[in-house]
Amino acid sequence: MGEESKVVLHGMWSSPFVKRVELAMKIKGIPFEYVEEELSNKSPLILKYNPVHKKVPILVHNGKPVCESLLILEYIDETWPSGPQLLPKDPYQRAKVRFWAAYIQQLLTSMARLFNDGKEAQGKALEEVHEKLRNLEDGVKEFYFPEGSISPDHVLAEKLGILDIMMSATLGPFKAHEEAFNVKILDPEKNPLIFSWVQALIQLPVVKQTAPPHDKYLGLLQFLKQSGFKF
Amino acid sequence: MDNEVKLHGFWPSPFVYRVIWALKLKGIEYDYIEEDLANKSELLLRYNPVYKKVPVLVHAGKPISESLVILEYIEEVWPHSPLLPKDPYERSVARFWINFATDKGRSAVRSLFWGGGDGKKEAAEQMFDFLKIIEEQALGDKKFFGGNSINMVDLIFAWFACWIQPMEQLVGIKVLEPSRLPSLHAWVKNFKEEPIIKENLPDPERLLAYYTRLTSNLVSKPT
Repeated sequence: MGEESKVVLHGMWSSPFVKRVELAMKIKGIPFEYVEEELSNKSPLILKYNPVHKKVPILVHNGKPVCESLLILEYIDETWPSGPQLLPKDPYQRAKVRFWAAYIQQLLTSMARLFNDGKEAQGKALEEVHEKLRNLEDGVKEFYFPEGSISPDHVLAEKLGILDIMMSATLGPFKAHEEAFNVKILDPEKNPLIFSWVQALIQLPVVKQTAPPHDKYLGLLQFLKQSGFKF
Repeated sequence: MDNEVKLHGFWPSPFVYRVIWALKLKGIEYDYIEEDLANKSELLLRYNPVYKKVPVLVHAGKPISESLVILEYIEEVWPHSPLLPKDPYERSVARFWINFATDKGRSAVRSLFWGGGDGKKEAAEQMFDFLKIIEEQALGDKKFFGGNSINMVDLIFAWFACWIQPMEQLVGIKVLEPSRLPSLHAWVKNFKEEPIIKENLPDPERLLAYYTRLTSNLVSKPT
């Protein structure tokens, strides 16, 4: 009898990078074990599986570790080809998805700069975030939502792909970020498409289940901000 | 017009070279359009409105930007002479090193070559640490990052084969020392001698002149 596929995800409850992988696994319906890691006191397993970066998420499949969230998503799609396709089949569409996935990653990096000290630095970071959201709004309109709006059957659990996953993990908790930094990130008038896309995503049971609890997450952001933490 | 491949590039760019090598290694015919980055063409701005950068690959009229995205596209559309392993796990390892070069490599290069004079010694050690990881964990005792033949990882690390030398000369610090990084040093030689790579390398003198001009412009900028 063959060995059953054993999948373990090493993660941290608040990490948007980990959330991406959790969502992908749940969307694909792949059973996995989740191990919560404490980053201030890294387990020997993290050091063994990811010696270069010593970070989560790490997906361990039959003992072999895969690191880096976006790589893990590609690995998941290639290894478990049944179920919802995280990436489209057509190479040009795939290129578009990869391009925008990398761009949403940059949006996350800009959001992390909100932790910067001082009104000027924060103002600059917010400008960056808004600029990226504008580009994203235009870009996905043409590519992902050609009708110009979110149709109810676009955002279905069975049809979610990498961009939906990236948006859920990155912008799903946007309210907590807005509260922690006292800024407006997502404006339904400036980013109508993205705003309604995120709203539709965060209603989905799979996204709700995976999202970090709002109060706990807000508490963490406020704590990090107060301790002068920088990403 | 149907299946025409065009590449918008800029001659000193290592990102453009990655795409040139991938196309030539796979024997794909293409038209090359040299862009003047100080005076970008309408087409480039239309094809890459987000970054306004090269390389941009245009296949049958459809533009693709970002070198790593382009390389994955080329690999999928023209799967012969593969540049990535077939096995998903091995692919994830190759992509891991590509990511590592892109994130950590770029910041190491930036601090060493474009950073101010004060932190140079520290930046050089940081660069060495980065290269040591590459040598020991990514390359090991293989001839190429791809094993016996070149693959996408080699194309990404090619910066260290051809662009690091003019930088080292400019800054007066040698980072890729044969005694400290023997395998990587051997790789540089092997990479540059590979048939198609050999015929498609940037001119080192021209690169040095270009970077000299760039850095002198930076130095003369008022602080």
